[in-house]
Amino acid sequence: MLYSIRLRISYDYDAPADVGRHLLRVLPASIPGVQEVRSARLTCRPLAAEQGDRRDFFGNICTEVAYRDPLEATEFEMLAEVERFEGGPGLDVSPPTERLARQIAELPSLAGEAPQGYLPPSPRVPHVPEIADWAKAAVAGAESTFARVLALTRALHRDMAFDATATMVDTPLDEAFALRRGVCQDFTHIQICALRSLGIPAGYVSGFLRTLPPEGQERLEGADAMHAWVRAWCGKDMGWVEVDPTNDMLAGTDHVVIARGRDYFDVAPVKGSMRLAGGQRTSQGVDMVAV
Amino acid sequence: MSAPDQPPVPDGPPPMQVQGQEQAQGQKQAQPPAQAGPEAAPAPETAPDDPLAALLSGYAPFEGVPDELMDETGTVRPVWRDFLNRLAGLDAEELDLACARGSQYLRDAGVFFRHYGPDSHEERDWPLSHLPLLIDAAEWQQIAAGLVERADLLEQVMADLYGSGQLVADGLLPPELLAGNPEWLRPMVGVAPRSGHYLHMLAFDIGRGPEGQWWVLGDRAQAPSGAGFALETRMATARSFPALMADSNVARLAGFFRGFRDALLALRAEEDSRVAILTPGPMNDTYFEHAYIARYLGFLLVQGEDLVVRDGRLMVHTVGGLRPISVLWRRLDAEWLDPLELREDSQIGTAGLLSALRSGGLTMVNAPGSGVLETRALMAFIPAIARHLLGRDLALPNIATWWCGSAEAQDYVRENAGRMTIDRALSTSLPFDHSPEVVIAGKRPDGSDYDPGMLSREGGRLAAQQIVSLSTAPALSEGRLVARPASLRVVLTRTAQGWQVMPGGFARIGQSGTSADVSMQRGGSVCDVWVVGGPQAPDDTLLAATTGERMSLPQLAALPTRAADNLFWLGRYSDRVEQKIRLQRAYHLRLAEYGRADMPLVEMLAEYLASMGVEAARPLPEGLTADLDAAMGSAGRIRDRFSTDGWNALTDLKRTADNLAPRLKPGDDAARALSVLLRKISGFSGLVHENMYHATGWRFLSLGRAIERAWATSGMLATFADPAAPLGAYEIAIETGDAVMTHRMRFSATFTRETVLDLLLLDENYPRSVLAQLDDILTHLDWLEKLTHDLSRKPTPIRRAVMKLQTELATARPEEISPERLSQIAATCADLSGLLAETYLR
Repeated sequence: MLYSIRLRISYDYDAPADVGRHLLRVLPASIPGVQEVRSARLTCRPLAAEQGDRRDFFGNICTEVAYRDPLEATEFEMLAEVERFEGGPGLDVSPPTERLARQIAELPSLAGEAPQGYLPPSPRVPHVPEIADWAKAAVAGAESTFARVLALTRALHRDMAFDATATMVDTPLDEAFALRRGVCQDFTHIQICALRSLGIPAGYVSGFLRTLPPEGQERLEGADAMHAWVRAWCGKDMGWVEVDPTNDMLAGTDHVVIARGRDYFDVAPVKGSMRLAGGQRTSQGVDMVAV
Repeated sequence: MSAPDQPPVPDGPPPMQVQGQEQAQGQKQAQPPAQAGPEAAPAPETAPDDPLAALLSGYAPFEGVPDELMDETGTVRPVWRDFLNRLAGLDAEELDLACARGSQYLRDAGVFFRHYGPDSHEERDWPLSHLPLLIDAAEWQQIAAGLVERADLLEQVMADLYGSGQLVADGLLPPELLAGNPEWLRPMVGVAPRSGHYLHMLAFDIGRGPEGQWWVLGDRAQAPSGAGFALETRMATARSFPALMADSNVARLAGFFRGFRDALLALRAEEDSRVAILTPGPMNDTYFEHAYIARYLGFLLVQGEDLVVRDGRLMVHTVGGLRPISVLWRRLDAEWLDPLELREDSQIGTAGLLSALRSGGLTMVNAPGSGVLETRALMAFIPAIARHLLGRDLALPNIATWWCGSAEAQDYVRENAGRMTIDRALSTSLPFDHSPEVVIAGKRPDGSDYDPGMLSREGGRLAAQQIVSLSTAPALSEGRLVARPASLRVVLTRTAQGWQVMPGGFARIGQSGTSADVSMQRGGSVCDVWVVGGPQAPDDTLLAATTGERMSLPQLAALPTRAADNLFWLGRYSDRVEQKIRLQRAYHLRLAEYGRADMPLVEMLAEYLASMGVEAARPLPEGLTADLDAAMGSAGRIRDRFSTDGWNALTDLKRTADNLAPRLKPGDDAARALSVLLRKISGFSGLVHENMYHATGWRFLSLGRAIERAWATSGMLATFADPAAPLGAYEIAIETGDAVMTHRMRFSATFTRETVLDLLLLDENYPRSVLAQLDDILTHLDWLEKLTHDLSRKPTPIRRAVMKLQTELATARPEEISPERLSQIAATCADLSGLLAETYLR
C-alpha cells in the first residue's frame, strides 16, 4: 500500500520566544520487510539557521534544528511517500515465558534492536505494581509469548477507554492506568509496562495511521494526529511483533513507522529548548492518504 | 540535583557506614564510644616527662586492622619517626597555635563545603584534621603504579561500552548491568572522543585492609572532585607545620596541576579556543572547588546557560560576543548536560552539547557516560575483565563484590551475608553511602533481620560487597594522638605521557574511635597526605611556572556574560548599600539631635528612605540588609574572579550587620553602628578598586558602581536640593555625598543650592559627583569598545546617552538645573543599565 503523508506541527507564542534548538523525530525511514520510503522531506518555517539529519541509537532519523533569533511562531512540515508492505507475524512459533528468558540470555547484546534493552524500566515506563498485577490476570490461560501479547492487547482495549481529554503528553502511566482512560500514548506505555512485568521485552513505536478508512469501514482512533503502538519481542523465531492496543489489532498495512525506542522519551517527535516569556499554543495535523 | 561525588544526604534515616569487622560481628556493641577502640597494642610505658610518650599515651589502634603509625608491636613506623619527634617537641600552646593557623588559613581562603541536609544547604568550613597522613615514597610508587594500571583498564572498559560492546558479547559483563543503567548513555554510543580517550581525570578511594594490602573502595569517573580540596588542605597543613613540612621532603603538588593544565591546553582544537570548567553553579556542594580550580589554573568557569552550540561548535557568551570552547572539563553529572538528548527537565545544561561532541570539535573531561564506570556491581566483573584484557590480575584490586543476578552468586551471598553489605547493584555511591534498603551483615537499617528471599526475588537489582575494615591513622584530639579509620582519595589525570598521579591528595578520617565511618557528610574530617622520602622535590609553584606573556585582547574579552552581569550588579548593590547606610545614618543622627521624629527634616528623610524601601525608624532595616544579601549573592556567583580578601571583607560586613541588628537602639546608637558598617563597606570598595586588576571584569564592577552612584546622587539631589525643602536639607545632601570637607574647602561654610549642585552634580574633580561618574563610564566604555567593536561603527546606544548627558553637565551652571531636570537626569541614569545590557550582556 502506497501512502502520501503530511504532518504539520506548529507553535504560536504569545511573546517572541527564544526557541533555540530542537530535536525532531518526524522523518520515517525505510525498514526492510515493513516499509519503503520513496521520499520524505522536512520543512521548517521560518527557515532554520541550522538543520541536519542523523541516525540515533535506535536507528531512527533525527533532525536537529537551530534558530538564532526570537520567533513568534514556528512550523514543521513533513511530506512523505511511503510504501507499506503486506505481511504479518504469521504462525505463532513464540516460546513460553521460561524459554523466552533463555532465548533473551542467549543474545548478549545491547544493540538498538537487541531484546535485552527493552526489559528494564525506561525513562517514561517505570515498574508499576498495579499494572503488573493486572497483566498477570489478563494473560491467564495464554501460554506462548505471542498469545500473551495478544491477550494483553485485547484486555487493554477492553479495560481502557479512549479519551483525548483525560491525559496530557506528560501524564505518568500509573495515573492514566488508574483512570483507565487515555490516548494511544497511554495505552502503549501501559502495555509496555505490562509486557516487561511478564518478562517480555517491549518498546514504543511512533508513526502514522491511515486517516480515511476504506469504504464501509470505521475510522480508527488516533488517525488525526501522530499515533503510537507497541512492539514486543516474541522469541528468536518470531522476533519483534507490533500491536496496536488502542485499536486492538496487529499493526499492519494501516500503520507507517516513524521511530522506535523504549518509550516516548526515545521517540518524542519534537524536543526543544526555548525561553518563553508568555504562553504558547501548539497544534498538530496529519493526513495519510492511500494513493 | 545530585552533586558529582557526594550525593545529598537523603531525608529519613541517615546512611549507614562501613563498619569495622568487630562491630559487624556484633562483638563491640557494649563498648562505650568514649573509650577509643580496643586496647590491642597499648603504647609502651615510658617516663612521664618524655614528650613523645605523652603524645602517644593512650594511642590505641583497633584490633584486627593495621595502623599507619604503629606496627603490630606498638613501635612507631620509620616513616613517622622524625615527624613525630618534631611534633612532640611542640608544647601544648605551640600545637594549638599550629592548628589554629591551618584553620585560619581555610577561613581566610573562604574554603567551604556545602552541606546538604533536610533543612538547609548551608556552607560549612572544610573539616580539616590538622595532622597529615604520612606515606613512604616507595609504598606510594606501588600504589600509584597500581592505580595507573587500573585507570588504563577503565579506559578500555569505557571504550568498549561505548564502542563495540565486546565485553557483553563475550560474556564478561551481563547486559543487565547496562540495559537499565541510567549512567549508560545510549546517545553516546558510537561517539568516538576527539582526543582518542574517554577518560582524562579519575579519582579512586582506597583503603588499607586487614592484611596490609591496599584496596580500591570506589572508582570515581563521572566528574571526580577532590583535586582542589587536596590543594587547599595542603596549603592549610603547610601553614600549620611549615618547618616540619620543609624538613620532611614532602612531594609537591604543583607539578601535577601544571601537568594537567598543560595537557588540557594541548587538547584544544584551535589556538584561539578556550578551556572551560562547567559547574552546576553556586548551589553545588563542591562549587568552591570549581571556582578555586578555575582561578588556580586560569580556566574559564562557566555554567550551562553561558554556553551555546553554533554550527556544531561549542561557544561561550562573552562581553565580546561568542567565543569558541574546545575543551570542557565538566563538574556536572552527565544526565544534566543536554536537555535535547538527556534529561529534558535540566535547567543547567546546554542544548546541543552532545551534538557538539559528535561534530568532533570538542573534548569533554570526562566523556559523558563515564559515570557508568562507578556502577557498584561493575566491580564484581573488573577482576575477570582485567585477566581477559591484560592477561593478569590488577595490582590494586577492588573490594570483593558480587552481582546477585545469578543463582550461584545468590547462594554465595546468602551463605556469607554476615560479612557483607547488600545494596542496589546500579548504585554509584561510595561503599560507605548506602540506600535506605541496605542490608549490613544480615541486618536492615532498623536492626531487624533481613529476608534472604530478597536475593532470589530481586536478583540482578542487588549487589553485595565484602564489609571493609580500614586501617587507622593518627588524628589530634585535645593535644594527644588518637587512632581513627582512614581512606585516601587519590586523583589521576591524563597527560600526553599517560596517567599522572597526584602525589598525596587527601584522606578522610573517621570521627569515631569504634567504627570506620569516613563519610564527610556526617562529620568526619579530612587531612593532608604527605608522600615522604622520595627524590628531592624541586621548589616550584604553579605561579612560578607561568610564562610572562601578557593576555591578548581576545583573551581579555572572554569574560562570560553571566560573570560580567554579576560583577555589574555587585558594583551596583554594594554602592546602593553604601548610599542607604549614609542616608540611614543621617536620619538617626538627626533623630539623636532633635530627640523626636516629627520634625520636617526628619520626616523628609524617613519619606525618602521609604521610597527606597527602607524603614528608617528601624536601625538596620531589611531594605538595607536585603541589598547586602544581593551583593553577597552576586559575589558568590563569581568566586572564581573575586579576591579572597574582597570576599572576606563582604562576609565580615554581613556578619557585623547580623550581630548588630538585634541590639541597636534608634538614634545615636544606630548612627554609630552605621558608621562602623560604613567604614567596613568602604574597606571593601577600597580593596576592590585598589587591588583588582583593571581588566574587563573590573570594568563591569566599576560601571555598576558609577551608574548606581550617578542615579542615586541625581535622585537624592532632586529631593534634597529642592528650594522648597526644609532647612537643613542641603546639608544632608552634602553629608550623604560625603562632601562636607570638600564643600568647606571650596565654598564658605554656608550651604546654598548652587554650591551643593556645583559640587555633587557638576564638579568633574569631585569623585562622587554625577559628572565624574559619567566621565568614568565613558572611560570604561572606551575599553569595552576596543575589545568588541571596530571604531568605524557608530556609537553604541549607551555611549550616546552618556555623552549627551555628560556634555550637558560639563557646560551647565548650577542655577540652570531645576529640580525637575534633576529627576529627569536620574531617570536617564537609571536607563543606562538597560542600555549597557543591550550591547554587552546578552
